[in-house]
Amino acid sequence: MSAVTASGVRRIADAFAGSDRRAALMPYLMAGFPTVEDSRRIGEACVAAGADLLELGVPYADPLADGPVIHAAATAALEGGATLPAVLDVARALASRAPLVLMCYANMVFAPGADAFVERLADAGACGVIVPDLPLEESAELRDACDARGLALVPLVAPTTTPQRLAAIGRAARGFLYTVSLVGTTGERDSVQESLAAAIARARASTEVPVAVGFGISTPEHARQAADAGADGVIVGTRLVRAAGEGDDAAAAVSSVVGELAAGLARAR
Amino acid sequence: MSVEAAEPPIEHRFGAYGGQFVPETLMPALAELEAAWVEARADERFQATLEGMLRDYGGRPTPLYLAERLSERVQRPVYLKREDLNHTGSHKLNNALGQALLARRMGKTRIIAETGAGQHGVATATVCALLGIECVVYMGVHDTVRQRPNVQRMELLGATVCSVDAGSKTLKEATSAAIRDWVANVQSTHYVIGSAVGPAPYPALVRDLQRVIGEEARAQLLERERRLPSRVVACVGGGSNAIGIFAPFIDERGVELIGVEAAGEGLQSGRHGAPLTVGGRPGILHGSRSAVMQDAEGQIMQAHSISAGLDYPGAGPQHAFLRDTGRARYVAVTDQEAVAAFRELSRLEGIIPALETAHALAWVLAQADGELDLVCLSGRGDKDLAEVLGGDHA
Repeated sequence: MSAVTASGVRRIADAFAGSDRRAALMPYLMAGFPTVEDSRRIGEACVAAGADLLELGVPYADPLADGPVIHAAATAALEGGATLPAVLDVARALASRAPLVLMCYANMVFAPGADAFVERLADAGACGVIVPDLPLEESAELRDACDARGLALVPLVAPTTTPQRLAAIGRAARGFLYTVSLVGTTGERDSVQESLAAAIARARASTEVPVAVGFGISTPEHARQAADAGADGVIVGTRLVRAAGEGDDAAAAVSSVVGELAAGLARAR
Repeated sequence: MSVEAAEPPIEHRFGAYGGQFVPETLMPALAELEAAWVEARADERFQATLEGMLRDYGGRPTPLYLAERLSERVQRPVYLKREDLNHTGSHKLNNALGQALLARRMGKTRIIAETGAGQHGVATATVCALLGIECVVYMGVHDTVRQRPNVQRMELLGATVCSVDAGSKTLKEATSAAIRDWVANVQSTHYVIGSAVGPAPYPALVRDLQRVIGEEARAQLLERERRLPSRVVACVGGGSNAIGIFAPFIDERGVELIGVEAAGEGLQSGRHGAPLTVGGRPGILHGSRSAVMQDAEGQIMQAHSISAGLDYPGAGPQHAFLRDTGRARYVAVTDQEAVAAFRELSRLEGIIPALETAHALAWVLAQADGELDLVCLSGRGDKDLAEVLGGDHA
């Protein structure tokens, strides 16, 4: 078991280190949206179009950190029958293609108990989990459970995070440090924050794991700016979830946007 | 912090319940709020301002009324703590006024709130008008219909009412929408949460601000009857009027504490708002761990109650703790029983209670035993006339 269990955290580290882009590209997709089968195909298309890692959202009825696009996608996914077993099947199918991190709200983590939940994640081949409503103060039990199986509990830091908190969160970070680029919920914005470079430098100084930036990153230009600002990874969610909800071929629509983002992060030759 | 050492703690947890399950963005704001409350609570000038406004603007102390015809009906004295006579018609003003003064002290220029029945929204809109602070109130679309007069009131008071069209379109979604607004505007904005729910320090803060209900009632009753009540009864949605009237009696072991939840169409139907009564695995909703209606996977379920203020799948964490320790008992009353009590109190006492409050009254009316009941008459029922007397909506 230990050979397998150590691999979650290591696969994430290898994906950041091994990315041939200026920053690792991590698309977010909502499991079960527009359908369970579509979400699996979208994940596969993301990897084919250049994703280094995948973030798979578990649909939740009350997503406090998400803006209207992801909220609506979660609602649609739940109406379409995206139960946790179905979500974990999608995770299992995708985890062999790229390191996969689940994003899941706290009540779903603790409903079966932290240990049992992490066991199911490990069984599905996930490398880690992001819980957007689980701040450091509430996270010890889940982090212990993740550590015991070599999975990463990836914490978030925000522009409002104080230096003292940042230091503590950075120390507790596993996998990568999810740096929220703005004060707000997930969603597309016109531009990235001018203060992003400072935020990334601050995050980097707090931790030994890679720093990935998310929230409000939606265009190749934004992705490039995040890389310029020093990010090790770029997370794009709402833009892709929107693409998944448009047109007849969700996977093709998402793939095309991921391809543009990947090109935006290409190293100069 | 030795200055505050003598003060009661601002609890983050009540046994296994409570906590702070919110996005990281909000964590510093919660710490700021807690520090501000610790400071303001010990500041005599702040307390004098709050007390003065509760008295001169709000109408406190509210009367304690011996409801004689009701007492005759149930064959024991029943005292009503008349929070319906507060300005704006409910206990909600106590909390809204305290939090708005705190927001002003923190230098916040914008206030947001969630509301179910609209009573908390009206109270918040009122104090924002009074203090000249911008106010945005989130309310489920379904509630904007069934509590229309309160929407009109809030708008007249200058607040912006945002109707929330997600999920159950009631209090749960209104609260989620308010939290999302707060995440986006946390630097300028204070979130005046309306019940004893949410992440720490809110459950303790709201209880501290509502404790005045119980303090007054206790003193009034001692003066009138030279004794404590045998029972204190209050309705529980999130549970702020209940925790406010319970608080000074928690250490009085001879006083039974009864929280009355909404049984909706019946506990067996699943269409209710009674997570404390039903029990089951605790869950996390709106920032704290408490009694929650949820499915096996941890999805929050939709509540149901004819009363918009009790139509909520969670409850304050201190109530869950009081239940588990056996200090308080939680029961539930159906829509039908609440409507009957709404009509009965109107005829017996000339007091039209809020539908929320009618749940507590229905339970009291149904009890054959008891010596002396103290009931929190948490709000007036004018807002509910259309819902009870019939209208053009379901």
